[in-house]
Amino acid sequence: MSERITGADALVRILEIEEVDVLFGYPGGVALPIFDALFKSEKVRTILPRHEQGAVHAADGYSRVTGKPGVALTTSGPGATNTITGLANAFMDSIPLVVITAQVATHVIGTDAFQESDMTGITMPNTKHNYLVTDAADLPEVLKEAFHIATTGRPGPVLVDVPVDVSKGEFDWYYPEAVSLPGYKPTYKGHAKQVKQAAKMITKARKPLLYVGGGVIASNASAEIKELAELMQLPVTTTMLGKGAFPEDHHLWIGMPGMHGAKYTNYTITETDLLIGIGVRFDDRVTGKLSTFASKAKVIHVDIDPAEIGKNKAVDVPIVGDARGIIGAITAELRKMGAEPRTDAWMRAIDDWRNRFPLHYSRDDGQFHPQLVVERIDALTRDREIVLTTEVGQNQMWACQYFKLRKPRMWATSGGLGTMGYGFPAALGACAGRPDALVVNIAGDGSIQMNIQEMATAKLNDLPVKNVILNNGYLGMVRQWQELFYGKRYASSVLDRDCPDFVKLAEAYGCFGIRVTSPDELDAALKAAFEFDGPAIVDCRVVEEECVWPMVAPGGSIDEMLGGVPGGPVSDMLDDDLLEEVWE
Amino acid sequence: MQHTLSVLVENKPGVLTRVTSLFARRGFNIDSLAVGVTEDLTLSRITLVVSAEDIPLEQITKQLHKLINVIKIQDLDPDSMIDRELVLFKVNAVPERRHEVIEIANVFRAKVVDVGKNCLTIEATGTADKLGAMEDLLRTYGIKELARTGKIALARGSRDS
Repeated sequence: MSERITGADALVRILEIEEVDVLFGYPGGVALPIFDALFKSEKVRTILPRHEQGAVHAADGYSRVTGKPGVALTTSGPGATNTITGLANAFMDSIPLVVITAQVATHVIGTDAFQESDMTGITMPNTKHNYLVTDAADLPEVLKEAFHIATTGRPGPVLVDVPVDVSKGEFDWYYPEAVSLPGYKPTYKGHAKQVKQAAKMITKARKPLLYVGGGVIASNASAEIKELAELMQLPVTTTMLGKGAFPEDHHLWIGMPGMHGAKYTNYTITETDLLIGIGVRFDDRVTGKLSTFASKAKVIHVDIDPAEIGKNKAVDVPIVGDARGIIGAITAELRKMGAEPRTDAWMRAIDDWRNRFPLHYSRDDGQFHPQLVVERIDALTRDREIVLTTEVGQNQMWACQYFKLRKPRMWATSGGLGTMGYGFPAALGACAGRPDALVVNIAGDGSIQMNIQEMATAKLNDLPVKNVILNNGYLGMVRQWQELFYGKRYASSVLDRDCPDFVKLAEAYGCFGIRVTSPDELDAALKAAFEFDGPAIVDCRVVEEECVWPMVAPGGSIDEMLGGVPGGPVSDMLDDDLLEEVWE
Repeated sequence: MQHTLSVLVENKPGVLTRVTSLFARRGFNIDSLAVGVTEDLTLSRITLVVSAEDIPLEQITKQLHKLINVIKIQDLDPDSMIDRELVLFKVNAVPERRHEVIEIANVFRAKVVDVGKNCLTIEATGTADKLGAMEDLLRTYGIKELARTGKIALARGSRDS
């Protein structure tokens, strides 16, 4: 005897079957049947944000730290369109989300009904796939597919648009065991011949480099990367999205590449003779001018998305598939060959650059530098689990440069889309996913205001996120570009560091707020915020006109960097004797 | 260079939009487009003509493959494909010159499908070259209206579906 069930009840039951324990949802007219069904669920915790954008970023942050798909739910029209930035953000960074938007009833779709918006149309370019469900009986199949598509292959967000009559409609309950998607068959296993070829090239290379990105986090391949790097003593650079894929206190870790990478990192890329890209997409913020990026190197590129291979940079050995299995296979192949590391001199050349051109700022001038804040957060949290999130801009770059992450999935930052306002709601999601960890959002005074309303969400849902604001009174990165490229004309980048009063604002939400105006007060304030049983804001009044150094000018070669320890292009930086040794 | 892509897709609402909007947002212009169901009613074939160099074409093909509803893509080899377009010409033809127009239609193995007082409607199929030549000839009489389909194409031989 089959069981009759409403679309809304089925939807919630499916979330339970898919082991969704947290959902970020904002109700509204046509979403009410689903919220009503959620009200009865004992397994799904519904967290009400204060803006739908916050809901999607929170689901995104949750996904990044747990490895599970994040789920958000909104009403139709404005509620649904407010998810766009969150979807685009997750799409660019390949984060698995299932976003459910309610829709007006099927019989009024297309009539400009109240709060109607064509969601499948709007989200076509920034979701991995989307659905408009027109019959309640289709819900199980669609949702099964949505979770499958979001979490397999190259992960990404999937939107499911559910009209209100579908939520209310009844059907005979079923849930499919498997999906049938004839046009969707991701490749996981790397081509054996290519794997062998890659291993052979690694044994021959004198100046190899592992270039590791978000794909390694997505495929949970950190252990495999470490094994390969240590076996062959390969230096490793991790991109912003790959941060944490390799322990940053490891000798073989040589920093983040690209526009605000360290000089030594970019020199290494410029000099390498074998670039092994794994789960990366040769993004313009990493490569700078493509024609000079790793131009001396043969390139191995491992990625699950065939469209990324050869998109920006020509590749010698393409391997399509899942990073974890492929790296394991390469390592096994190297073991079989009895390969031995031969990068001793190469590592010494890199160390030489590392010693001569470290990341640095004026530590001893008595001023309150933003970089110090990041360093102290790192130092004060060494003995505990910490998830770090960031906003976008200078705060993000300093977090990348000065926080030494040791583990994967302890980091959430907006990469491809560069979404100001991402960090705080993402931190809330991270907090919901990792209640055991201290969650700190490094923010700027500009970006924190883009989703500041989520203070209420933090307070009322026991999500004790600590916002540390590097308050310089500017849209710092905009100001930096204006300083460098627009004759210091600070058009629309000047904020007011007293407006709002972030301490009072924290207090207005019933949270902890504290202001730091000098380096001596910093540790005590951070400790107080971290110890406080609830959300907090630490308003750090840092140097106003600090720049992120070094910097590759947009479109420039990555070895020609502005700022930092003076040093020209890498050709001038080579120690000839050492290099000769590399080749011996 | 012009490429003829034969794209087999699931026959579902919105799939054509997914395909064409992908071309638009990746900066490709579609020269011609035709779509219809195949021998299998759950599948449609979209035939697209695009002008692109090899490397950008490879990228757009890979991106197309990522669409969940896209099942198969063939970049048809111009030397081993059958391709056809269909054109309807409504041509000025006063009674005394009608026979000239009909003669042209016959030469191109086209059919006269409608006759008006001072005009003829001709249905012609063929390759773009042939139809272009015919259009040039008919122009001298004055083409009142013209409608043409996008190109449809199949690979020669029995191997490909």
